[in-house]
This record gives sequence, structure tokens and C-alpha cells, in this order.
Amino acid sequence: MSSIPHTHDHAHDHGHDHADHGHGHHGPYGGLMRWVTTTNHKDIGTLYLWFSFIMFLTGGFMALAIRLELFSPGLQFVDPDLFNQFITMHGLIMVFGAIMPAFVGFANWQIPMMIGAPDMAFARLNNWSFWLLPFAATLLVLSFFMPGGAPGVGWTLYAPLTVQMGIGMDLTIFAVHILGMSSILGSINIITTILNMRAPGMTMMRLPLFVWTWLITAYLLVAAMPVLAGAVTMTLTDRHFGTTFFNAAGGGDPVLYQHIFWFFGHPEVYIIALPAFGVISQVIPAFSRKPLFGYASMVYAVAAIAILSFIVWAHHMYTVGMPVTGQLFFMYATTLIAVPTGVKVFNWVATMWKGSLSFETPMLFALGFLFLFTLGGFTGLVLSLVPVDIQLHDTYYVVAHFHYVMVAGALFSAFAGIYFWLPKWTGKMYDETLGQIHFWLTLFFFNMIFFVQHFLGMAGMPRRIPDYPLMFETWNKISSIGAFGFGLSQLLFLYVVLKCIRSGAPAPQLPWEGADSLEWTHLPTPAPYHTFETPPVLK
Amino acid sequence: MRGSKLLSAFAGLAALAAAGSAHALAWYFQSPGSQLARDIDHLHQYVMWLIIVIFVGVFGFMFYACYAHRKSKGHPAAQFHENTTVELLWTIIPAIILVGIAWPVTKVVIAQKDTSSPDLTIKVTGYQWKWGYDYIKGEGEGISFVSMLSTPREQIENKAPKGENYLLEVDNELVVPVGKKIRMITTAADVVHSWWMPAFGAKQDAIPGFLRDLWFRPEITGTFRSQCVELCGKEHGFMPIVVRVVSSEDYTKWVGERQKATLAQAEDPNKKWESPDLVARGEKVYAANCVACHQANGRGTPPAFPPLVGSKLVTGAKEGHIDIVLNGKPNTAMQAFGKQLSDTEIAAVVSYERNSWGNKSGIVQPAEVKARRK
Repeated sequence: MSSIPHTHDHAHDHGHDHADHGHGHHGPYGGLMRWVTTTNHKDIGTLYLWFSFIMFLTGGFMALAIRLELFSPGLQFVDPDLFNQFITMHGLIMVFGAIMPAFVGFANWQIPMMIGAPDMAFARLNNWSFWLLPFAATLLVLSFFMPGGAPGVGWTLYAPLTVQMGIGMDLTIFAVHILGMSSILGSINIITTILNMRAPGMTMMRLPLFVWTWLITAYLLVAAMPVLAGAVTMTLTDRHFGTTFFNAAGGGDPVLYQHIFWFFGHPEVYIIALPAFGVISQVIPAFSRKPLFGYASMVYAVAAIAILSFIVWAHHMYTVGMPVTGQLFFMYATTLIAVPTGVKVFNWVATMWKGSLSFETPMLFALGFLFLFTLGGFTGLVLSLVPVDIQLHDTYYVVAHFHYVMVAGALFSAFAGIYFWLPKWTGKMYDETLGQIHFWLTLFFFNMIFFVQHFLGMAGMPRRIPDYPLMFETWNKISSIGAFGFGLSQLLFLYVVLKCIRSGAPAPQLPWEGADSLEWTHLPTPAPYHTFETPPVLK
Repeated sequence: MRGSKLLSAFAGLAALAAAGSAHALAWYFQSPGSQLARDIDHLHQYVMWLIIVIFVGVFGFMFYACYAHRKSKGHPAAQFHENTTVELLWTIIPAIILVGIAWPVTKVVIAQKDTSSPDLTIKVTGYQWKWGYDYIKGEGEGISFVSMLSTPREQIENKAPKGENYLLEVDNELVVPVGKKIRMITTAADVVHSWWMPAFGAKQDAIPGFLRDLWFRPEITGTFRSQCVELCGKEHGFMPIVVRVVSSEDYTKWVGERQKATLAQAEDPNKKWESPDLVARGEKVYAANCVACHQANGRGTPPAFPPLVGSKLVTGAKEGHIDIVLNGKPNTAMQAFGKQLSDTEIAAVVSYERNSWGNKSGIVQPAEVKARRK
């Protein structure tokens, strides 16, 4: 039995769960202390995933408050100050609290099982990497209750607006420091595990693609997070210690902040997208019953994307007034990313070609990902072109674009991964009908929220405004209704997962006949608490 | 199915929402008012058609596979998984397509950055939350004014019906002549703002402490509307940009009127005002400049925007009060009004604040403000 039930069913089913575990492998603690002190990669993976879901609901609540205010022109529910606080915290919480921890959760559960290792390389560090997160999240939420409230500056925390904010800004800066520390420690752990703990015979070019994407992502994190920490630290000293990094009056430059932030910020996009690519690269072959097409070129494409991601940052800044050579360089470099990304999409489609396809929930989410992420990639190509971006920068077109990448990209692939591995983790099947309903509702409402925002952006609605001219009303109404539908649909997801854990039908040993990585072929379902204590023998 | 009922219910609601709104659907760029905007529009359409063709092609394959290569139809799984030729082809062909995109785009980028030899140069300064315009070179040199939202507060708070140009109307429009190359120099006084005129394909961030520029050459007369597009604090959504493009003759006429009005309005800073007149004048200045933060009742929204009621600064010595209005308070949204408002206006608003909401601390004469200017 997996460990998931303990978070929720503690009172009822404890004895039963223990009976299923076989030998006593819980370590010295039971109950809550088990979760505080655990060094087991599966327990920690579970913690990451539940934490990320709670953050997803928290950030989602803020999104609904934003959409409620934007349902009609005029100010109704949220005053402009609080509105700005919500957009800031929605962004920070979703990026750092929901999406990134979700994929670290997958990494924890899957990487050791996929490479034939007994656990992560640094088990105690792993515990600490997770337990930093709730403190950071608490700081972020607490900032709302400080004098002046949370910072109302947008998740990009642009200077010098940050200097005007109250103490909530400092809490946010410390939260970002802690989140960065957690990511760096987690990444070092992942890199070490993959490089040193592969089972004999598991060569680098035999690694499942999910492991490859995480290896490269972890390097991106180690390189990018310290840059963000530097940027917010400079903000902190500008606020309190009289430095003027971002203040022209003292010889600084507000645009310097933007350069530093986006030097982190663009790799961050791929930090989120690459593990998503990894999950999709496991799911599509499994449901096509056919090996991944172009494995080697997929690995090279991921590496190429990662390298390019460090030389395109200023495409977020075409309107700051760069010299023309700068604009051209960043435009050419950015369009270049379309090449390896295209290779990935073509390979996924080629994997499906002449397969034997079936469409269970994980596959549906993977196809939803493929279709909508590509759409988001194409609007990215539109935005990469300087003159067109000048017209669209800081409008709702950009909001639509990055939600296609973040939600239809990362979130859809996280759902695909959850439905795909839930049987392996819990030993039980989720309700297939409900899972598919969850997919179709999510797909429909997602497009209802964000597709129309392309029109808003082209027609000229700026981002981050609490009130808007009358000509934007119709699209905003549709978008807001979609948002509430989307939010409610995610409660269905919670229900499906809980139902699976509590009363799902027992999962067969190999629920997906096309799945072929080690966790499926070499381990029982559900995966026992300790796996691969002796490494598997690979042909 | 419960799910599909829910779906149709929401679809119905959406249709209702669409029908309920009186305005025509705005879904594409504003119609271009300059060559630059037209070029951008064409580039966008060119790229969109390319994208649509590629999208339909790639997903045609995917959906065909979904239809024809299904397990439920008994399609057996092939096992091929490598083909170097195909990999090379779908690496090289997209790269060639990108070159086909980059070529025409580069020409527009270079044109867009060419701000040389303008007919008229105007400096625009972003303030929290209004725009200051200074005509610094060309016809109308020396004209200077502040442009801010003129939509009444009651409309924003839903106490009055919203007008046609809700949130897109200002007290002083930027007036420029048709057919001339206009260069705008952008800067800001406090935080980063961004000046945008979509009909002319012109957008440039306004960065405090730095000068950047953009240009446009309007081809048609008319009024063009837009908003600040860089988050600049609480009232970011309430600082519109309105440009009125007029014929050369009308422009010359406007410049003449504007200059005459400036002379007529120039008030003698040494004039002695009666208390009620000064306070009444101050109420207007307050409503235009201060009310968004300090609120109509003077209570502010602490701690970001402190109350003026019973404040030590407002009820204390005049000098401190005048100084903060003149010079602002660093690292807060309280900006320096010294360059935006005249001595009389500052004296008026200070007097208003000192004699409202229960405050009773005497009036300030314009001469006293003049004396405090550095």
C-alpha cells in the first residue's frame, strides 16, 4: 500500500494499511512525526504532491477573486490595491508553490524507481528540501496580513515599484530566498542520484526520458535560482540599506533589475516545461503501445532548449528600449527555440503514428497537452517577433500565451502523470469515467478562460488592470465564467483522487500494457515502501 | 450525462453574457493609423497564416492517427522508432521557415527604431498616475501640460452610468499634426510606466531616470485611445493615453490658443487670497491629484496611504506640509508635485487639507510656497 492514505485516512484505516505493508518499514515514528522525519523518497514525493495541490487551490482562489472583479467594468468586489496583491501572489504561488513542487514530487517518486535506485542520494537533505516549502508558503500568505498587505507589484517584482511596498514585500523576498534554497538543494539531490545511483546496465542513453528531462532541469535550477536570489537581495538592500542598484538617482538602473530577473525568468519557463515534456514522453508511448520515436533526438532537443533558454531572456523586455542590435539578437535566438521544440512535437506525433492507440485519462491529458502547448508555443513565436511584440507586450495576449504554456502545458502534464502513476503509487485504480469527465471539463473551461484572452490582448486590454473600458466586457464575462467552471472542475479531480485512494478497485500488476520503464516491469503494484534495495539486473 | 448538462448550462450562460453586452466585439488590432502599425498588422497576419498551415498539418497527422491507428479498431502497433533522415528534415525545414519569417521582420524592426529627424519632439513623463507632456522641439515648443483620467469617480464606483469612453478619456489630450514624424521621449518620475498608442504601432516603457524614445507618423486625423501598460501601482488601470491628430492648420490654431491660455492662466504668486476662495480652489486640486490615495474623506488607506485627518504633518507647522507636497516622500507613492502644480495650486491644496475634515490649522498663501521652493 502506498503511503498516500495516511494523510487523509489516518483515523479509519490505519490498521488495514499497516497489514498491507508487509514488514515493518516505517522507521521509528508513526503518525504525524512520520511525515516530519521521513527520509523515504516516496513519502517525500507524496508530501510534495499534496503541498502542491494545496497551493494550487490557494493560488486558484486568488485567480477566482481576480476573475470575479473582472466580470464587469467598474470596481465591485476587490479594490485596486488588493487586486494587485492578488495578481502578485497568484503568480508566485502558482509558479513556486504549485507547479514546481508538483514536478519535484514526481521526481521523488519516480526517479529512484525508474533508474533502479533504492532512494535519493541525500535522503535527509531531501526531507529538508521539502520542509522548507511550508515555511516559505506561510511567509507568502502572511504578507497579506502585514500593514500595507502583500506586495502589489506583479510576480516579476519589478523595481522600483517594489521599493514603495510595505513589510509584506520583505516577507515575500525571504519566501523567495527559502523557495530558491529548497529548489537548489532538491536539484543537487536529483543530479547526484541520476549520475551515481543508476542500476548496473542503466546507461545514460537508456534513461527514461522523464529522468533525462529532470537531469537537465536540475542543472537549470542550480544555475538560475541563485540569480533570482541575487535580484531580490538587491531589492532588499535598496529598500532598507540605502543601496541604489535600481535607482537612477544613485547611479543605478531600474532596467538592470529586469535583466537579472529574466536571466532567471526565462530558464524558469523551461524548468517548468521540461519535466512536463518528460511526463508526456512516458505517457504517449505507453498508450500508443510503441516505443518513443527518436529517443536520442528527444534528449538532444531537451539539451538544446536548455542551453538556448539562457540567451533569450531579453525577449521579455523588447519595450524597455534596447538598441536595435540587441532586439535583433534576442529575436533570432528566441525563434531558434522553435526548432528543438518542433522536433519534440514531431517526435511525439511520430510515436503515435501507426501505434495501437487507446485513450484513457492520462493519454487524454497528454493529447490535450500536445495540442494546446503547441498552440501556446505558436503564440510564443508571434510574441518573439519584435514589432508584433511591441503591439502585444503587457496585454492579455501575453496572459493567454503563458497560461497555454503553464496550464495547458505544465498542469495538463501533471494531471497526465498523476492518472498514469496513481495505480503504481496506491495499488488502486481511479474511476476512469470520472477521470475522463475531469479531462473534458478542464479542457473546455481552460479554453473558455484563455482562448478569448488572445482577442482581448489584440484589441488592446492591458494586463494587471482591475477595471477596463466597455468594449472588453464580453470576452471578460466569458473568461470569468470559464474560470469558475475550471475551479469547480478541479474539486472533481480531488474527489477522483480521494475516491481512488479510499475505495478504488485493486490495480492490476501492469495497468497500462504499453508502459515499459522499470517501475512497471521490475516492481510489484503497488510499489512497496522500499524498492530496489538490491539493484535490478538489466539486460 | 451530468457532465454534458453542466457543459451546456455554461455554454448558455456564456452566450447570455455575450448578448448582454451592448458593445461590438473588439477582437483584433485597432485599425492602423500609421505605416508602422500597418506593417505590424501585415507581419502578424503573415505569421498567423504560416502557423495555421503548420498547425493543421501537424495535428492533421495526430488526429488521423487517433482515428485510424486505434486499438479499438484492432490496429496493430508498429515498432519503428528511429529515422535519421526524418529527424534531419524536421530540424532543417523549420529552421528555413524561420529565416523566411526573420527577413521581413528585421526590416520593420530597423524602421521602428529609427527616430532620427523628427518634425516634432515631445517629452512624456509618467507619474503615478498621470502623464506629463512637454513639447520640446518643433511647432508648439514650450507647451507643457499634465494629462489625467477625466472619467468621474462615480462611474468607476458604479454610482453613475458609464460613458462611451469610460476609462479612455482625459482632461488634456495630446494634440499632434497629421502626416508629421512625431518623436516621443519617454521618462518617468517614480516607477516604470509604459506609453502605448496601438493605432500607431508605438509602445515604449517610461523609465525613471532614463530617456528612451519612439516615433510615429499619423496618417489620419481623429482621436486615438489607449492606456498605460506597465503595472505602476494602485491606479495603474486609471491612467489613459489619448492622442488627437489634427490637420496642420488646426494644429497651428491649437498651438496659438494653448500659448495664449498659458499666459492668461499664469497666476501672480504674490497675490493674497481670501481663505474660502483658496480652500474652494484647493478642493478641486485635491480631487484631481490626491483623492485616489488619500480618499475623499481624507482618511487614506493606511498604512500605504496615510490619513490626513488629524495628521501631525497637516495640523503642524506649515513648512513641513508645504515641503512634502513640493518634494514628495522618497520610496513611497507620495510624489513631488513641485513641477506639476503652480505655487497657487499647491497653496490651495495645502490650505484645503488644513481646513477640512475637522482640521483647523490656517491657510497658506502662494508666496509662502514660492519661498519654500529650492
